[in-house]
Amino acid sequence: MLVLLILHLVAALLAPLLVRWWGPRACYPLALAPAAAVGWAVVHTPAVRDGGAVVETYPWIAQPRLDLALRVTTLSWLMVLLVGGVGALVLVYSARYFHHGSVGLARFAAVLVAFAGAMLGLVVADDLLLLYVFWELTTVFSYLLIGHSTERRSSRWAAAQALTVTTLGGLAMLVGFLLLGRHAGGYRWSAIAAAPLPGGGYLALAVLLILTGALAKSAVVPFSAWLSVAMAAPTPVSAYLHAAAMVKAGVYLVGLLAPVLAIAGPWRPVTVVAGLVTLVVGGWAALRQTDLKLLLAYGTVSQLGLLTVVIGAGTPKAALAGTAMLLAHALFKAALFLVVGLLDHTSGTRDLRELSGVGRTAPLLAVVAGLAAASMAGLPPLLGFVAKEAVLAAFADRPLVLAVLVGGTALTVAYSIRFLWGAFATRPGEPATELAPAPAAMLAPPALLAAVGLAAGPAAGWLGGLLHPYAELFGPVEEHLALWHGPTPALGLSAVAIAGGVALHLARGPLAPALARLRFPVGGNQGYEWITHRFDRVAIEVTGATQRGSLPQYLGTVLLALVLVPGTAMLAARPWQAEIAIWDTPAQLVVCLVIAVAALLAVRARRRLTAMLLVGVTGYGTAMMFVLYGAPDLALTQFLVETATIAVFVLVLRRLPDRFSARPLRRSRWLRRGIAVAAGLVLAGLALAAAGARRTPSISLAFPELAVAQGYGRNVVNVTLVDIRAWDTMGEIAVLVVAATGVASLIFERSRTGPRPRRPVPAAPRRDRRPVWLRGGSTLRERRRSIVFEVVTRLIFHTVLLLSLFVLFSGHNAPGGGFAGGLVASLALTLRYLAGGRYELAEAAPVGAGTVLGTGLAVSVGSGVAGLLFAGSVLQSVKVDLWLPLLGHLYLVTSLFFDIGVYLVVVGLVLDILRSLGAEVDRHIEASGRQDGGLAVEREGERT
Amino acid sequence: MRGGAGPTLVLVVAVGVLVATGVTLLLERSLTRILLGVILLGNGVNLLILLGGRSGAAPLVGLAPAGQTSDALPQAMVLTAVVITFGLTAFVLAVAYRSWYLSGDDEVQDDLEDRQIVRLAERNEVPTADLGGEGPDNDPEQVDPGPALRRLRRGDRR
Repeated sequence: MLVLLILHLVAALLAPLLVRWWGPRACYPLALAPAAAVGWAVVHTPAVRDGGAVVETYPWIAQPRLDLALRVTTLSWLMVLLVGGVGALVLVYSARYFHHGSVGLARFAAVLVAFAGAMLGLVVADDLLLLYVFWELTTVFSYLLIGHSTERRSSRWAAAQALTVTTLGGLAMLVGFLLLGRHAGGYRWSAIAAAPLPGGGYLALAVLLILTGALAKSAVVPFSAWLSVAMAAPTPVSAYLHAAAMVKAGVYLVGLLAPVLAIAGPWRPVTVVAGLVTLVVGGWAALRQTDLKLLLAYGTVSQLGLLTVVIGAGTPKAALAGTAMLLAHALFKAALFLVVGLLDHTSGTRDLRELSGVGRTAPLLAVVAGLAAASMAGLPPLLGFVAKEAVLAAFADRPLVLAVLVGGTALTVAYSIRFLWGAFATRPGEPATELAPAPAAMLAPPALLAAVGLAAGPAAGWLGGLLHPYAELFGPVEEHLALWHGPTPALGLSAVAIAGGVALHLARGPLAPALARLRFPVGGNQGYEWITHRFDRVAIEVTGATQRGSLPQYLGTVLLALVLVPGTAMLAARPWQAEIAIWDTPAQLVVCLVIAVAALLAVRARRRLTAMLLVGVTGYGTAMMFVLYGAPDLALTQFLVETATIAVFVLVLRRLPDRFSARPLRRSRWLRRGIAVAAGLVLAGLALAAAGARRTPSISLAFPELAVAQGYGRNVVNVTLVDIRAWDTMGEIAVLVVAATGVASLIFERSRTGPRPRRPVPAAPRRDRRPVWLRGGSTLRERRRSIVFEVVTRLIFHTVLLLSLFVLFSGHNAPGGGFAGGLVASLALTLRYLAGGRYELAEAAPVGAGTVLGTGLAVSVGSGVAGLLFAGSVLQSVKVDLWLPLLGHLYLVTSLFFDIGVYLVVVGLVLDILRSLGAEVDRHIEASGRQDGGLAVEREGERT
Repeated sequence: MRGGAGPTLVLVVAVGVLVATGVTLLLERSLTRILLGVILLGNGVNLLILLGGRSGAAPLVGLAPAGQTSDALPQAMVLTAVVITFGLTAFVLAVAYRSWYLSGDDEVQDDLEDRQIVRLAERNEVPTADLGGEGPDNDPEQVDPGPALRRLRRGDRR
């Protein structure tokens, strides 16, 4: 069985490719997958006909003990035949239904095959949770199939409605399964069924929830509306999903669980009432349809109601009748849908008011449809007749149910006649419908289905023998399926039903007003629309009340939560230490004062530059704190970052207004300050509390030892970054790459990957050979140039670069590393840009920032993979001993390459910033200068 | 250098001041101010994280006896945070520049979508685009599920 499922999966994956090669004809080879399922079922017939089972179990997920437990018994064997057989025929049919170049054909073929696989999985699953997985897979695939015509709103609407309704049902069902499995001690259905089920109140609830899922899937009232709307799907889909396969899933589930659960509380009342109502309502609605496909859809709803009643009844007789009905219905309804598709395909319409004389022009089609419709109406000698007789006989002892069943059957007869009459009759006064010739590949599948329905009638006894093991689950079976039981009461009732149906059809004229007016109160989509409308309203009210769109308000709410929750907890618990030192060294007090004053002044500052510089002071102050705390790596990085931050700020602030705009929100100022002070107090309290909070020794006590033994370095912080917690660093450099890309994409209005800006060649090359300190300097305006700056830059640039490499390489054993080294190199580049402008920058770093970032990321990832290859674990350090002439003994650690990647990413980030906020903004300035200083900037390509 | 577990009062005060001033700026409307607030807040929180480990000599093996060095783990975390803050700074500055470039200032305006929803809620409406089946004759039971091909052909014939 697993092989079959894998076969479907492979076929689904190959489908797009095959469709690209062969167009719609690719459906022929794809039909082999479901056909293989039929072959498998036929081969395994002997195993199940004596009541045995074919079982396959593969371990899957250990924790919830979810195995791929597959089990086929009589009922599932029948479903495998149906799912596979109809699936294969529908695929053959689709090969001609679609045209070359039909939009979305590749997707359609792939999804249809995948659906067949999911449906197969559903019927062979033994584990309830596994069944649920396949159940939802069929829901998702049916969503894609119903919404095939993605460009049409009705199609998308129908798909969404089917998805919403069946998924809601599915979720309810899952809860039911969980309840059931929890009390039964497992989810393997064969095991649950074998042991007596513990009773209790949960059982009624579980049954209700499971039935909700099953009835929603099978479009039984009150969930029936989605099925008629789902007719927006292409007709092959309707034939497969909405006649033979998916809607049968609900009925199948009812049939699977009935042997155990039918006796449980609400089971019988729910299935009987819901089923009978559906039977009548659906049949009545079918009588007023003029679209043949919708007529069949309502007929399907009606028949699904009948199947629910019969299969849910839980008696041996009804079980036997139900399985026969299941088979008969799949055969005739799929055939009829395919006939409608063919009519639609060849005549361009399926409205029975427009069709006329089709019976004469296409007699073969009429015969096929006639056979199928006769089976639907329950005429002898077809399988439909046998099944209906069995159904009526099974309910002989329940007169009320029986009466409704007979009424429903009469309706079935009436709409069967209406279908034939509508599709094939000749209407006086109407011109005969023109028909294109029908392709054999489209006629053969419905013909085959109808023929099987015809052949199965006389062979009913043999067929009944095959289905017996299922009925025996409910008790001893005396009944047998047969075409002729003699003059039984059921035969009489059949005759009554047929006569009633004929009468209904003949009286269609006088009945028309009643048909139009008498509807189920919550018919069609209205109920669904009402509910979704309510949901929309509630959603809008809730969103409108909570989501006001103001950033300060959101942040204020978040911070208030921070203040209130941990703050209250802290006040209640008072977790701080009893004694606390004032300072480690008096220097801390000085630094603290500087930080505090600068921070308070920054809040009050009205000029952007002032505020920025004051914040910078707090940054340097924090770095000093790091020094005093014993964190030289941190301090080094903080100093460098602070400097780079100031440079980046200056690049942007040169364009922004000098002062902050007048502050709005005056009213809430004191509230905001209150929140701020409270947040400060809470965090300070947390700082105090954290000290007393440690209960177990810190994990980092082992770090120094680990750093030397496994990271081969003495700088514990650096080894932590590149080895012990290297995954963190990996994530961080990924963030840096994203940030750099974000900066570039916000500033560049053109591709950043274009050619580097080239220094414009001076119009008249100078003759004098004076030494030039920075070649890009001549491109700057005289006012901006500073010769001293250029000279200094020229003198120290390479030295600083060398220093950055030293910091990078020494970082493993001394303060430094990739971050610090990269920042040093970045500052060198910043210097070059500030002194010589954007052309100078382009010459200093003649590579794209994206290239540097990508290389850095690749080097880091590569070193991680090297760890996997050489040491067996991603990012694990490997030490390589070397002996070089002159240098002597050396050793290299692979994590150095990781650090080199970090270095490159940092350089790439700053390069990207300089290119975007520096060079590109320069270009904006120049462009705006040309246009009278306005903000509008000439966009390349827009004007010539 | 004292060296030892736990915070000192001076550092705790620094954390409190940095956070309070950071939050004040964070609740403003100007992006530059918000960003400065984030940086202040970041400095404060970095100090807070650092306080989670003991202070002491630099965590270089061999420099000081084991047990007298500072805790390396929070330092590595803060180092990462410092560099990330730098990336964030650059990004927000780019946003501020773009905002200025498009609208003339760097103020954060209320979200238009959200305001629209608030208006809908006040008027008791729903976005109407999602309502109603699409059927002939406004009959909710009827849908026109024909393949696009069929409509095309019908159009041809007429």
